[in-house]
Amino acid sequence: MAETEIKVDDKIDITDVVCPVTFVKTKVALEEIDDGQILQVHLNDGEPVQNVPRSVKDEGHQILKLTDNEDGTYELFIKKVGD
Amino acid sequence: MATDYATLKKGGFMRQKQKNHFSLRLAVVGGQISTEQLVAVTEVAQKYGHGYVHLTSRQGIEIPFIKLEDIDEVKEALAKGGAVPGVCGPRVRTITACQGSAVCPNGCIETEELAKELNDRYFGLELPHKFKFGVTGCQNNCLKAEENDLGIKGGVRVEWIKDKCISCGLCEKICREKAISIKDGVVSINRDKCNYCGRCALGCPTDAYDTTQGYMLSFGGLFGNTINKGTAIVPFIEDKKTLFAVCDAALNFFRENANPSERFKFTIDRVGRDKLDEAIWKAYEGR
Repeated sequence: MAETEIKVDDKIDITDVVCPVTFVKTKVALEEIDDGQILQVHLNDGEPVQNVPRSVKDEGHQILKLTDNEDGTYELFIKKVGD
Repeated sequence: MATDYATLKKGGFMRQKQKNHFSLRLAVVGGQISTEQLVAVTEVAQKYGHGYVHLTSRQGIEIPFIKLEDIDEVKEALAKGGAVPGVCGPRVRTITACQGSAVCPNGCIETEELAKELNDRYFGLELPHKFKFGVTGCQNNCLKAEENDLGIKGGVRVEWIKDKCISCGLCEKICREKAISIKDGVVSINRDKCNYCGRCALGCPTDAYDTTQGYMLSFGGLFGNTINKGTAIVPFIEDKKTLFAVCDAALNFFRENANPSERFKFTIDRVGRDKLDEAIWKAYEGR
């Protein structure tokens, strides 16, 4: 998929953990980047893809894109929005 | 003088097995109790009861071991804190509710105000038997709507907004009913499958869904000696006027048709489900 258009500042893989650690890891990674920077999250199908984007949205960050890797995993692109 | 147990029961005093003792039920609407009320309840339980309260299965508070001769003093002490006795017996009981959209991230409707409105309209209304209302804010159904004689469940009707959509596909993934399909960037919603849970709209990264709040009603639920799941009659209701018209119709049907001590479900079974359907549809359509 065309992810070249998004300049990623940091990447994390949360396919090795389950809810709620998936969101915790994502949240910690977002704390470590600056406002306006972009985090790419590698996540699993099922519960992670159903819950993590919504939790990130509820925290006030902007979801730019979700791409399906068609292997049971996804790439989620999040722009950090400060308070 | 003989004790008038029926009147006491109407006023929320439940006779205990211990002679001349009552478990005093308080009026609680939608499970909300103020700290001021709690202080009054605490004082009464300490002074007149056994120093504890019992939390009922329907969000109520009871103060056990109130003595018959203390009843007037107890009522007065509670009134100072804004607490009033509830009801038992053949009438509309406590209106239960979850916290709804005011507090809960999943809530589709505002439940506290609705519980109060239902309480103002119906609480204590005399009927052939007990009648329970329950309000739950979404499909998660924390308040178990269908176990009530009349259950109200909140939902949202969604409309896709093409211009805001980034075609991420998340809504299709989130939908538990498989009601959403996306083809060439166009979102289709299967209305027969959609259960108004609103997860697509809540999860959408760009808020590309318009939502309209509404109510799904279930009739004839029971969860005592007989267990029966209340069932729907009319579709999604989008305004309170229709909601109350349908509630009025259900209560009228019950009042006019029920035998004494017969729960709503059994009235429906005996009189005929088609008769209730007719009355409810009539109210729903404003006829």
